[in-house]
Amino acid sequence: MGLDNINKIILVLSGKGGVGKSSITAQLALTLSLQGRSIGVLDIDLTGPSIPRFFGIEAAKVRQAVGGFIPVPIHDAQPLPSRGTTNGDAGDRAIGALSCMSLGFLLASRSDAVIWRGPKKTAMVRQFLTDVMWPDLDYLLIDTPPGTSDEHISLLENLLKQTTSPTSPPNQLAGAVVVTTPQAISTSDVKKELNFCKKTGIRVLGVVENMAGFVCPNCSECTNVFSKGGGEVMAREFEVPFLGSVPIDPAFVQLIEEGVRPVYPKGTVIEGRDMSSVEEESNGQANRKDGGLLVDKYRDCSLSPLFDDLVSRLVADIRSRD
Amino acid sequence: MAPLLEEPTQIDFDAPLKAAPKLVAPEPEHCPGPESQQAGKADSCAGCPNQAICASAPKGPDPDIPLVTARLSSVKHKILVLSGKGGVGKSTFSTMLAHGFASNKDHTIGLMDTDICGPSIPKMMGVEEETIHVTAEGWEPVWVNDNLGVMSVQFMLPGRDDAVIWRGPKKNGLIKKFLMDVTWGELDFLIVDTPPGTSDEHLSVNSFLKASGVDGAVLVSTPQEVSLLDVRKEIDFCRKAGIKILGIVENMSGFVCPGCKHESQIFRASTGGAKRLAQDEKIPYLGAVPLDPRIGMACDYGESFLDAYPDSPACTAIRNVVRRAAEEMSLPKGEVLPESDCAARGINR
Repeated sequence: MGLDNINKIILVLSGKGGVGKSSITAQLALTLSLQGRSIGVLDIDLTGPSIPRFFGIEAAKVRQAVGGFIPVPIHDAQPLPSRGTTNGDAGDRAIGALSCMSLGFLLASRSDAVIWRGPKKTAMVRQFLTDVMWPDLDYLLIDTPPGTSDEHISLLENLLKQTTSPTSPPNQLAGAVVVTTPQAISTSDVKKELNFCKKTGIRVLGVVENMAGFVCPNCSECTNVFSKGGGEVMAREFEVPFLGSVPIDPAFVQLIEEGVRPVYPKGTVIEGRDMSSVEEESNGQANRKDGGLLVDKYRDCSLSPLFDDLVSRLVADIRSRD
Repeated sequence: MAPLLEEPTQIDFDAPLKAAPKLVAPEPEHCPGPESQQAGKADSCAGCPNQAICASAPKGPDPDIPLVTARLSSVKHKILVLSGKGGVGKSTFSTMLAHGFASNKDHTIGLMDTDICGPSIPKMMGVEEETIHVTAEGWEPVWVNDNLGVMSVQFMLPGRDDAVIWRGPKKNGLIKKFLMDVTWGELDFLIVDTPPGTSDEHLSVNSFLKASGVDGAVLVSTPQEVSLLDVRKEIDFCRKAGIKILGIVENMSGFVCPGCKHESQIFRASTGGAKRLAQDEKIPYLGAVPLDPRIGMACDYGESFLDAYPDSPACTAIRNVVRRAAEEMSLPKGEVLPESDCAARGINR
């Protein structure tokens, strides 16, 4: 019941909207799952839930059981066959189960507005923290709305209360991953969030700079659409770890929006890795759009190795604190 | 505790128009709102420590509403800039709209930033370091130009990076002060920039401005479905609250590689983008603004993109959108960014 089955909780925060909190949350979850851990994702953005869209389960509805909500499963723990691509690792690997919970699953229609004032939001957040029957989880990722207001205050009030009880695992609340984009407009809001973490005593696990650069699919020239380096400078200024820069990858957006397995033109080299696909385009769009698990397709995304590295460092850091 | 899947409580859109009583305990989950008509009488009020206070509180209108209306009586047009999604360019577009209107020197423009937890307007306007001057009349807005004034919570913070950790009622109080105590003076346009979502700030702005009349709302979105999804919710909000939708703008639409001039859809419109949404929802489509890294840079340095790069395609697009918005407000042609101005610069519409 509640958070009892959860080993570690990681918050994903940002003062600014639209910087990719949900996108980073989804990728952290997929990567952790690929590394064999069981993962839950809780979306407490009540007025604009995006997590159902990211996992392609918008039509899903949450089920109730005696005692609470049952989170929506994305995939179960299972072995995933190795891939025939050049950028892969050999051999089968076991992936961990992934499930998620969002207010989006409770709405009658996807375009319904949730027009709630503070007290109602506070109550919903509390309910999400106490009434969701999570399976045994290694990590619970909590995706938040932008800002430092009702949802955040209630989230932390409840988390601090629940995770410090004698029955909960040690260091259950591992800390927060703070997401920003490189522009000054974004970092100036995110600095407020870092100060919020400081004030509330939440450890900042690190800063992720999202949307850093865009590689033109036509000429492979990298343009810093939203400038570059702002996240790293901010991390240094606040003396928190910098986890890395994540470029914009249209193939990832396409994977999320249309379920198309990422394919890169020959010669695309990202972060020193050759990302071009072995199979030729003859397979066609239709084939790439096949069923298949999102997590399986994500392995072909250029961002996957980057996140693999990022998550490994994150996990090592969290473990070293225990 | 059993989970609840019932329909959300019906929101009283006029609630903040009433005076709120002083409470002795936090509001319960299904609180109808201490200012609402049902305060103290609803089912969920049973057992609430505030019940007696709410029930006996005067149900009359908030005595401050006439003050707000009086203060804003000299404002001719009021425009809201809304989006369900964050980071789509609400503030950027608000500043563009302000600069666009302000290019006509006969107009005076006010720009109010109601994003309390993440104010961006001061930085984009290059007035981040300013503070508010309090006079006997009230709070003086920060003037960017002779005819463009700005108000934001940022001007009141002791440190630039301080977090504003406030719950709803406190945010609403500040928004009321922005409307009541700020000496806006004679304004032709008041542009209200909002935070993402459909919550306290939006309800407050709507109810405070209702009495004095709002021209309408401009919705901003990026082309992807992830963003349009939240904008649909905002459209639903506008309809429920009775706010006229002036139209929708598609921001960050397409990116032209500076190296090879190849146009990429960074934020792919897999569901037809804002244009399709506008058709489906039968709201006006104001146009698309391409993604230009220089817009973000101009914002970071607090410059007006329209003045800095007047010949860029993005600038032309923004001018067209501002002009279309003015059309939707049925302003006389030529009052806002007249065509002759463009012709003089050699820009074709």
